[in-house]
This record gives sequence, structure tokens and C-alpha cells, in this order.
Amino acid sequence: MERNMMIAGFGGQGVMTMGKLLAEATSQATDLNVTFFPSYGAAMRGGTSNCYVVISDEPIGAPVSYNLEDLVVMNGPSLRKFLPNLKPGGTLFVNSTIVTEEVERDDIKIVKAPATQMAIDINNPRALNVIMLGVYVGATDAVPEEVIVKGIEHKFQAKPHLIEPNVDAFKMGLELGRQQK
Amino acid sequence: MAERVFMKGTEAIAEAAVRAGCRFFAGYPITPQNEIPEYMARRLPEVGGSFVQGESEVASVNMLYGAASTGIRAMSSSSSCGISLYSEGVSYCASARIPMVYVNVQRGGPGIGAIQPAQQDYLQATKASGNGGFRMIVLAPDSVQECVDMVYEAFDLAERDQNPVLLLTDGVMGTMMEPVVLPEMRSDEELKAFREKFMPRAIVGHPLGQQAFCRPGSVGDGQEQENIKAAAMYETWDKDVRVEEYMMDDAEIVFAAYGISARISRAVLRELRKQGIKAGMIRPITVSPFPYDAFRNLDFDRVKGIIDVEMSIPAQMRWDIDFAVQNRVPVKEVLRSGGQLLTNDQVMNGAMEFIKEVL
Amino acid sequence: MAEEKKVYTRTKGIIEGAVSGFCPGCMHSTVHKLIGEAAEELGALDKLVRVEGVGCCGLGQFYVTCDETIAAHGRAGAVATGVKRSSPDSLVYTYQGDGDLAAIGLAETMSAANRGENFTVIFVNNGIYGMTGGQMAPTTLVGMKSTTTPKGRDPEEHGYPMHMSEIINQLTAPYYIERVSCDTAQHVIKARKAIKKAFQYQLEGRGYCLVEIVTSCPTNWGLDTLKSLDFLRDKMFTEYPLGVFRDKGAEEK
Repeated sequence: MERNMMIAGFGGQGVMTMGKLLAEATSQATDLNVTFFPSYGAAMRGGTSNCYVVISDEPIGAPVSYNLEDLVVMNGPSLRKFLPNLKPGGTLFVNSTIVTEEVERDDIKIVKAPATQMAIDINNPRALNVIMLGVYVGATDAVPEEVIVKGIEHKFQAKPHLIEPNVDAFKMGLELGRQQK
Repeated sequence: MAERVFMKGTEAIAEAAVRAGCRFFAGYPITPQNEIPEYMARRLPEVGGSFVQGESEVASVNMLYGAASTGIRAMSSSSSCGISLYSEGVSYCASARIPMVYVNVQRGGPGIGAIQPAQQDYLQATKASGNGGFRMIVLAPDSVQECVDMVYEAFDLAERDQNPVLLLTDGVMGTMMEPVVLPEMRSDEELKAFREKFMPRAIVGHPLGQQAFCRPGSVGDGQEQENIKAAAMYETWDKDVRVEEYMMDDAEIVFAAYGISARISRAVLRELRKQGIKAGMIRPITVSPFPYDAFRNLDFDRVKGIIDVEMSIPAQMRWDIDFAVQNRVPVKEVLRSGGQLLTNDQVMNGAMEFIKEVL
Repeated sequence: MAEEKKVYTRTKGIIEGAVSGFCPGCMHSTVHKLIGEAAEELGALDKLVRVEGVGCCGLGQFYVTCDETIAAHGRAGAVATGVKRSSPDSLVYTYQGDGDLAAIGLAETMSAANRGENFTVIFVNNGIYGMTGGQMAPTTLVGMKSTTTPKGRDPEEHGYPMHMSEIINQLTAPYYIERVSCDTAQHVIKARKAIKKAFQYQLEGRGYCLVEIVTSCPTNWGLDTLKSLDFLRDKMFTEYPLGVFRDKGAEEK
């Protein structure tokens, strides 16, 4: 079973970190095949940013898909640009603090989470990506939650004081995701 | 078993090279391979090696030529239009029979092309990477793990043949992260032994009468004699041909692809199998020497067609396929180029069109 | 009977019995001899590595006894960088002409100098391409005829002669830069001293040293050997004055 997902947003929203955290944590804690593929362009600050994560129990072909199971959009332009790449029956994850427009497709499942606002509310504005990752894992069970918790512990091993707030943020998202499963 | 780590292709290549004993790297910035020189700039000083950011690709490959001529394990990397500028130095290394390793993380072309991935340097890589008609072993990995294993082995092949070895990969493999198991670090003793073997030829200074002369060319009939020796060495490469024949036992539809295109084709043909279509794949792992026999020896009564999948327009590996197949079955091309990525769906669609025609 | 004392012997840096095949009046043979002598006096012949440029410079391969590689045209600075970084105990020098160092290899020349690479550059400047048949070099004098400037070098069209020692002297890293010649016995002695000093500095790990040697090319200048010497002194030395441009070693003393 292969699962293709894409995460897209503004630079600075932690899009790459979110994808990498999911992919690396999966690589470390499971024996699944996993790829992380960042879009890359000319080095530039403040542009749009996106990445692909593929998780599979079989060898992975292209690490990129235009026929996605899951699409996470953190801003409006990403929604408009990448929504056509979500396959019918796929799931769209929307950062509803930033993306306020209506989604004009009725053949997909939509999971909304005000990730930016939630991050601000817990005084950890940079954690919006970890919250969104929680929402994603909660709604899809793409990987067991412990995988990501371990991944967060690993990622912040040099800054241990950041582990707890990020695990908390992740679990907050997880809860919200499960509610919309 | 060693732990698997999650690494970007370019960084995995760099670490594997260091573990293989690479102690000199020169390179010039070009996307999408910048992480290789950046990694080397951090890593090589830790192991007593030397990193130089060359003033150009031309300078970098000539630094590589100089460093490798002292018997040290040396490497460089670049991408497509940068690799064009390597022609001079690679040709010199081949002429002087200097072992060295270089990496092409291919991007779109021709010209400056696109910084996004492509496979548009196949003919250059396999047929004429510089003037003079020399040949090289060219390895084409299809995963980050193979990138690692092949760059590690490339140094041994280069030393065995006293010839350059090229790792031909692309911007997908270069920027993609995948789980990978890294090889053991070559010990200082091993590296010393490698260098000791080369020492009589190494241009490091010798006692009078034992002059080491690194000769990238010669006068009189010397050059022809060198070419005859090199040609004889190329002839020994039949044993080095590597090819993956995947699900070929009963295949009626044969994908032909290397590198990134091969891994995509593999995923697609597994889907086709689920639909009852007998698909298989021939994946050249060494694109030079090319596995012609894998194509020549196909059962042409059974095989109904070949699908050549490449991220290049026009197709390039097609030349080698045609050379072996000689029109005995139809060949369909599924191609993208200029930095446009192939996806599983595109290959599937192309394959289905063809299958309807030939089955 | 007074004891006989040997005051001169042929350097072991030149192949025994080899006879110069350079054109009459060419100074390459003298420079090769001086390099051999300098390295021998320093006891460093067995660690000497020559990175040879292309052109008449490349003919040196038939005479020298030291380890050697041949760089592609212009790339000696890059090749020497690779050699020296990988074999720091070797005594590495490049041997390059004006076309090699100042035209096709300008980027490699400037960049190696700017990095302060610890090798020695022997730059033979005769203001013209030799082996390829007398084409214009970056160092060709204004008005000087070459096979590609049949009416003489015209600054409007071809620009002006490049002064490589002066240009490299604009960089911070180089340790020692001197311009010498080989037209008189006195100048030959000075040239040998300069080469020896540059080698000594390299052995001490001081960094980039350039010895420019202004020479004649009777064949491609279209002059006989004596008139070439006149031209060298009247015209070349005017454009390319001899002297020390930089000697950080002397400043430190």
C-alpha cells in the first residue's frame, strides 16, 4: 500500500520540516519505504515551498505524484495551485486560519484545522507545522503516533527543552485530526 | 546490520565517498548538486582531507586531475552544463590513466537548461565525455542506497582500471531523501595500501632515475600505443556489465529504463502485473558498458514490445536499445525533459496506449 | 700541485647528456637549467614536481629529471593546486608561458594566487605564442607584429599588454613576486636566486610565489638572436620592468 502526500505553503511555515519530520520519523521507527522530495528553485527567501512524502510497504517509484492521496495546504496560493493534483476520494488538509476560501470540490474529504491560530494560542507560533502534522496523523493513521513523538525527540535532542512543547502541540493536532477522521 | 539513516542523495554520496577514502574534493556551485561540495567542505577536514571550491568547473576538474595524480582518492561532482566543462579534465585523466571518480547530478538541458531533474546527458556520459574516444565505466543508480554503494565501489573500479569512473545520477535522486545504510569507513591502513600501489606513478617527487611522469598524451607512436592499451582494457569490461532483469521470465512488455526512470517503471509494471499484463524491465545498471546482451537475447517470439522510459527528449538510451534490438519488436518512447518530472501515472498512461496497440 | 676544485657542474635536474632542442636564442633552456640548479642546491630534487603548461613550455618534458605532469592549456594553476594539497611535502612548480598563464589560464592563475596556494609559478613571458606559430599573446607589445596581428597590435582593437606581476601584486595573499630575465650573466644569476628563493619559501610553507622571466623569442619575433636581445632590452624591459614587486620574507626580516 503506497501513500502519496504533498505539503505546500509559504517559506517560513515549516513546510519542509513537517515533511522531513514525517518521513525521517517513519524511516527510523518502521521498516517501511519512505521518500522525501523537496521542490527546489532558485535560492530565495519568502517564496512558496512544497515537498512530497511517499510511504509504502513496496519499493517506491517516483517520489513525486500529481495524483495525491493527501494534500496539506498552509496558504491560499497552494490550495489553488495544487488542488487539481488531489485524486478523487483523497483528503485535503487545510490550515483554516490562513486559507479562508471555499474549496470547490465535492469528491474529496476535507479536514480543516486553524493551525496558525492554535500555535499562537499556545504561545508557540512556530509549532503550526507540528500541529498540522498531528492533524494529518490523527485523521489518517498514516503512521502510529509514537513514530512522530520519537521523531520529535530525535529532532530536538540537542535542545531538550523544546521536546515537550512540540510533543504537546503535535498531540493537540492529533486530537483535532481524530475528531475529523 | 548497520543502522539505516535518512539521508539526502547528494549528502549520502558525499559521506559514502569519504568512507570509501576520498580525501580530496574540488567543485564549483551548481544546482542541484550543491550539497555535495557543501558536505565535503565540512567533512573532509575532519578526516585530514582537502576541499577546494574551484573558480570554475574547468579548474575543479583539473584540480581533481592533479590531486588524483598523487595517488590520493579524489572526487568531484557537478551537473549537466557544468559537466560539459569537465570534458577537458576527464579526457586528460583518461589519457594519463588517472583513477578518479566524478558525479553528474543531471538537470535539464541543453544549454543552461533547467535546474530541475532530467536524464539528458546519457549519450555524453556513455559515449563521449571528452575528446579522443576514451571510455569509462558509468554507473547509474536508481536509489539513494545505490548511489551510496556505487560511489563507494567506484573508487575501487577506478583504481583497478586506472581510469575515471562516472556516477550518473539526476536531480531527483540528488535532492530526494531516503533511508540508507552507509558502508564501513575505509581504514587508514587500507588507504595507505591503495596509495602505495600507485606510488611509482604518483607525481610527488622521486629519487633521481625513478621519475614519475603522468603522461596525458605523447609524441610519435606513443599515443597510439597508449590507445591500444586502453582499448584492450575496455575489452575486459564484459565481466563488468551489470543489469537488473526484473520480472522478465514471462514478460511480453519490456520496460527499458535506467536511474530514476527505472524505479518509476518498476512501480508501474507491478501495477500492470496486478492487471494481468506480463510486464518486465531491463534496467542497465552500468550504462557503460551497456548490457546489449540483455536485449539481444530477448525471446522475440514472446516479447511484444519495448517501452523506453527516459527523462530526455529526444530519447538517448534508445540508440543503444535499437543497436541491440534491430527492429525485431516495436519500441515505444515515454519521455519527459527540460526539468519536467516523470510520474508513475504518466508512465502508466504511456504504457497502456502502447499495450493496446501491441497486445 | 694545487688541489683542483670543481666550481661548476651540470645540474642533475636535467637529463644527463640531453641537448637543448629549443630554438637558437631561446631562453627556455637556461630557465630549465636554473630550476634544476635551484632545486639541487636546496637538496630538493627528489621532491620536485613539475606541472607543465602547454606550448613551448611543454617541450621541457624532454629534459627534466623530476616528477612531472602536463596540464591542459592554462590549467597548471589548478592542477598544481590539486597536487600540492594532496602532497604537501612535494616541491611543486608550474612552468607556463604568457598565452597559458595570462590568456586561457587567467582564471586559474588569479584564483590560485588569490588563495595563496603554496606552490611556485615560473612564468616565461616572451610576448608571443611560440609553438603555435607566433600569434598575439596578452603580453604582446603595442605595435608588435604577430601572425594574428599582421599590422601590429592595435590597442583600439586588441587592448594593451597585460602586466601579470603587477596584476597579481594587487592581491593580498601572494608571498613573493619578482620579474627577472636571462639576457646577461648577471641577470641569469639574479634569476637563479629568485627561483631558489621562491622554492625556499615554498619549502617553508609561506605560500604563493611568482617568478616572471622576461625572455626573447627570436623565431617568432622574426629577429636574429642578437637583435632579439636588443629588442628585449629596449622594448620588453620598458613595458615589463625587472625587479621585486613583493617579498614578504624580506619585509619580515
